[in-house]
Amino acid sequence: MKNQIRIGCGAGFSGDRLEPAMILAEQGNLDYLVLECLAERTIALAQKRKLADPAKGYDPLLERRIEGLLPLLVKNNVRLITNMGAANPMEGAKKIIEIANKQGILIKVAAVIGDELSDELKEMSDEISKFNNEDFAINLIKNHSSLNPLFSPLISANAYMGVEGILEALQSEANIIITGRVADPSLFLAPMIHEFGWATDDYNLLGQGTVVGHLLECAGQVTGGYFADPITKPVTNMDTLGHPFADIFSDGSAIISKVEGTGGVVNLATVKEQLLYEVVNPFAYLTPDVSANFTTVHLEQIAENQVKVWGGTGHEKPSTLKVSVGFQAGFLGEGEISYAGQNALARARLAGDTLEKRLKADFPDLRTDYVGVSAIHRTDFAHQIEPYEVRLRVAANADTAQKAALIGEEVEALYTNGPAGGGGARKYVTELVGIVSVLVDRNKVIPEVIIF
Amino acid sequence: MKLYHIAHSRAGDKGNISTLSLIPYDAKDYEFLCQKVTVERVKEHLKEIVFGEIIRYEMPHISSLLFVCQDALLTGVTTSLAIDTHGKALSYALLEMEIEP
Repeated sequence: MKNQIRIGCGAGFSGDRLEPAMILAEQGNLDYLVLECLAERTIALAQKRKLADPAKGYDPLLERRIEGLLPLLVKNNVRLITNMGAANPMEGAKKIIEIANKQGILIKVAAVIGDELSDELKEMSDEISKFNNEDFAINLIKNHSSLNPLFSPLISANAYMGVEGILEALQSEANIIITGRVADPSLFLAPMIHEFGWATDDYNLLGQGTVVGHLLECAGQVTGGYFADPITKPVTNMDTLGHPFADIFSDGSAIISKVEGTGGVVNLATVKEQLLYEVVNPFAYLTPDVSANFTTVHLEQIAENQVKVWGGTGHEKPSTLKVSVGFQAGFLGEGEISYAGQNALARARLAGDTLEKRLKADFPDLRTDYVGVSAIHRTDFAHQIEPYEVRLRVAANADTAQKAALIGEEVEALYTNGPAGGGGARKYVTELVGIVSVLVDRNKVIPEVIIF
Repeated sequence: MKLYHIAHSRAGDKGNISTLSLIPYDAKDYEFLCQKVTVERVKEHLKEIVFGEIIRYEMPHISSLLFVCQDALLTGVTTSLAIDTHGKALSYALLEMEIEP
């Protein structure tokens, strides 16, 4: 058993920068590198790619990330844990082996599967319970429990699995562990349990380990990314922002830091922002592994770019697992046009009113935004500052792409029929994938490990 | 004085819930924030943004507050008609709040 390990996080979402992970693998002196690439909706989009091509459905950046990282991982003996398997960990694992063969590198890859409940959903529909009072989700499953896209709006159903499958994979020789849907902190907690021999019912240790995983899982968000404000929170060299690593000790305490010479900053402020990020109840941060208590956490800056974190606690893990259900949610139609100079806002409002008159009957939920005034906070807190330029943006949902396109067409028609000086009209139609969450009995979800 | 001058914030999203942290630059201001930035004040300040219940969590060990705001994202990331579907920019809406020194 080790008494200290170092885990780095080189990606906090599917589209994250590529080179911070390379820097971590090259210079980070890591034991483990984690790439967290699955947001709530990502897996439903991946499922759609898999339906179109059964050999796809893993992360679209998998090839590029692995091609660059593989030689560094092998040279420095770093194990990689990633959820880049998305909707298809098996094909993702095969692709990694293919890349390794091309590079003349011999590795083993473990795919962790079992999160996909597509086939099971129908028979489980009577046992599914509500998450966040979403009756809509239950109705959707009961009435459309087939995942066949020809008959049902359902696209995907994936359970958030915990550490179990990854722990089994860590027992193997696998250099790379690729999963589908796993709770983000579990990607980090599993190597801690594995290396320190923690009992999986020692909930205080699991709670503290989950705190560390939560701090790392969004990568650059703890090293000054998504933090900087040039007046109140200046951060240097954001163009070369370093991603984080943690030195974790067998008692669960950890030091969050980053590779020397990289941009960004790790301090109490960055760590506090990330600790509370997306936390709905800090007394009970629920994962498949533990109900973690973040309110007992202590933080201390011990050196430049080094913050110590300890004191996280926990209670028994939930008896249910959260399942993300993806469904076809129709189409989003959008149109935009800009006004600038004298009376810009009044002309934009005239355009907005004109569009509402023409579209409201067919699109009762039509949304009209004035970008530069009140579009982002949905209010300007009565500041009423006259802007030099304004962009009008209208949006509505529709059942068909053709109907959604009407929004942009009407905006474009303002060129010859609307107020003076409108410019830069753009129109968009986007296919929407909705996500709702339900809970299932955790015993219904069985992880499986396949070694390649 | 705006909250912006003494505290920072990050917004997170879960479904139709927005989570807004409120972290003083100087830990000594934590008690002051606890007194001034009550749930009632935040509800009033965000009345055009948050339509559901707001819960305030106090985190004295890290001198931080967390506001969990229900029904704040026009149905949530995937189907909202808003430009900022995640409500990521709402942290700065909270920091717009005026408080008496």
